Amino acid sequence: MAARSPLSPFAAFFRLLRRNVVVLAGLGTLGYLLLPNVVVTVFSFNKPKGRFNYSWQEFSTDAWKDPCGVADMCGSLSLSLQIAFWATLGATVLGTMIAFALVRYRFRARGAVNSLIFLPMAMPEVVMAASLLTLFLNMGAQLGFWTVLIAHIMFCLSFVVTAVKARVMSMDPRLEQAAQDLYAGPAQTFLRVTLPIAAPGIAAGALLAFALSFDDFIITNFNAGSTVTFPMFVWGSAQRGTPVQINVIGTAMFLIAVLLVVTGMLVGKRRARKSR
Amino acid sequence: MTTAHDHGGDVRLTGISKTYGSFTAVHPLDLTVPQGSFFALLGASGCGKTTTLRMIAGLEEPSTGTVRLGEQDVTALPPYKRPVNTVFQSYALFPHLDIFENVAFGLRRRGIKSVKKQVGEMLDLVQLGEQARRKPHQLSGGQQQRVAVARALINHPKVLLLDEPLGALDLKLRRRMQLELKRIQTEVGITFVHVTHDQEEAMTMADTVAVMNGGRVEQQGTPADLYENPRTTFVANFLGTSNFIGAEVAEVSGDDVILKAGGGKLTLPRARCPAPVTTGGTVLAGVRPEKISLTHADDAGTIPSGRNRITGRITDSSFIGVSTQYVVDSPACEAFEVYAQNIERDSRLVPGADVVLHWNAAHTFGLDAEQSPFAGTTGPAGADKAEEDA
Repeated sequence: MAARSPLSPFAAFFRLLRRNVVVLAGLGTLGYLLLPNVVVTVFSFNKPKGRFNYSWQEFSTDAWKDPCGVADMCGSLSLSLQIAFWATLGATVLGTMIAFALVRYRFRARGAVNSLIFLPMAMPEVVMAASLLTLFLNMGAQLGFWTVLIAHIMFCLSFVVTAVKARVMSMDPRLEQAAQDLYAGPAQTFLRVTLPIAAPGIAAGALLAFALSFDDFIITNFNAGSTVTFPMFVWGSAQRGTPVQINVIGTAMFLIAVLLVVTGMLVGKRRARKSR
Repeated sequence: MTTAHDHGGDVRLTGISKTYGSFTAVHPLDLTVPQGSFFALLGASGCGKTTTLRMIAGLEEPSTGTVRLGEQDVTALPPYKRPVNTVFQSYALFPHLDIFENVAFGLRRRGIKSVKKQVGEMLDLVQLGEQARRKPHQLSGGQQQRVAVARALINHPKVLLLDEPLGALDLKLRRRMQLELKRIQTEVGITFVHVTHDQEEAMTMADTVAVMNGGRVEQQGTPADLYENPRTTFVANFLGTSNFIGAEVAEVSGDDVILKAGGGKLTLPRARCPAPVTTGGTVLAGVRPEKISLTHADDAGTIPSGRNRITGRITDSSFIGVSTQYVVDSPACEAFEVYAQNIERDSRLVPGADVVLHWNAAHTFGLDAEQSPFAGTTGPAGADKAEEDA
């Protein structure tokens, strides 16, 4: 009898496509997400002719060798890191306490507080920025580091509350009762049981707050006065010419983030293996 | 560690009650659990048994009354100051700590530095020495349950409280853990207070059982006493199965009460009827299904005299190996349940056959006719009752 007729190359291609459609779609989405990072990284090795780093000229590591070579850039970077650090700390501490209060206690206007917490997330940033500026000006506050920090803590709070609340809600209250039953007083119970179990939620909230604070532009721009944060510096320089060092900082931030995530995963895996 | 004259492990509840707003979970009750005993609080869900347990642990504050451990009044003490430990339903093991640290938790909180030896011994007692460095979620349900017991026992509490600790296990494992817990209790001699809704579990493990219903203790006693001499239909139905015949008191003669039911006469020992008996009044005459013999109507003449007898017709029979369970309709009581051992099976005893039910009159018990004969059953009427109670 006749052997199976060989598929035409066209049909074979479609069969391959059909079988791997999920993988292909996944890879496509990942590429879409990461392409900007690739461009930033590639152009951090560029040697532009003019002041703008928008077209590829030749490979060079000049910018990597001298990342602070641009006037004021590293100062603004350090300022942004400081603000992000303190904003994260403030928002995480306050947000965690709010989350616990909302989940654990029944008090008047609890429902209202619950919805009001989400308002900053839903509000357009530019509206919040403008109203904050109005508020600060009316109070006679000196615009600068402190006004930016206050603003950042405020808009980071909602995100921390959301992240921690989800974790606290899924916590079995019997765990704390078990701790009390096993001779742990209120402080010990909190430190030894409640906090460690809520930690992943708190860490997620803190990471989110750091990222949001570090790259915030709109609210910062309105309320910074003469202070210049890193996003403001990038914005300002983009109008006069973009130094390659901006790409260097961008790439470095990306790499540090990836490194942190990978380390975290490795540590988690090793811990899981050890306890098996 | 403990001696016979030590009453430090007595639990004495006096007038203890718990109300939530207008809902009363536990009506004022008195309960004494002697040192070293295995005590079970038995009841359907929502009967107040867990609330009672939590008041002993200090996790729930009683609305009235006092909790005493031995001579010490602990009513005002927070849970972390009471010499009592709990095995929680679903165990409540700390998910972020390994098995070793879970078991060591109580020792460490009391400032004991060298815990290694004690924890090792305790894990060996529950046969989990190999699993010390695992996390709770990596263990099976039975292993988690043993960790929960070890975590509580290592503190040498005066009283160990167990809140439905076997509820999440499958039947076979549950049987094994029942024996295991009983063995541990005998070995360490600590007072155990065990909350359960499983009557078989309560009867096999406990020295004393208190049956709770609607926030009250209905009856308390040894398992055999509760089974043979229930004082309410709830207890009679919750522990095993009972048949009830609504009967009129014809006369009281000596130690016996003669009852009229379904055209026949029944004898009830006076001593086995806690309810008041007056001629012309009514009582519920109860008898357990396994005490009844079943004889085909054709052989009625062979039944010895002096036995209580009732005629009826088999409506249903189910063969379950060791015994056959019959349902018999009779004028005295519809759906009479009879369990017959499969020793010599009479092939005529099939649905539709006319039969005589007979039993030793001494096995009859009498109850107040004012209560529903279905209380504590899982049938439709019983479920309604349970809902009311909840």
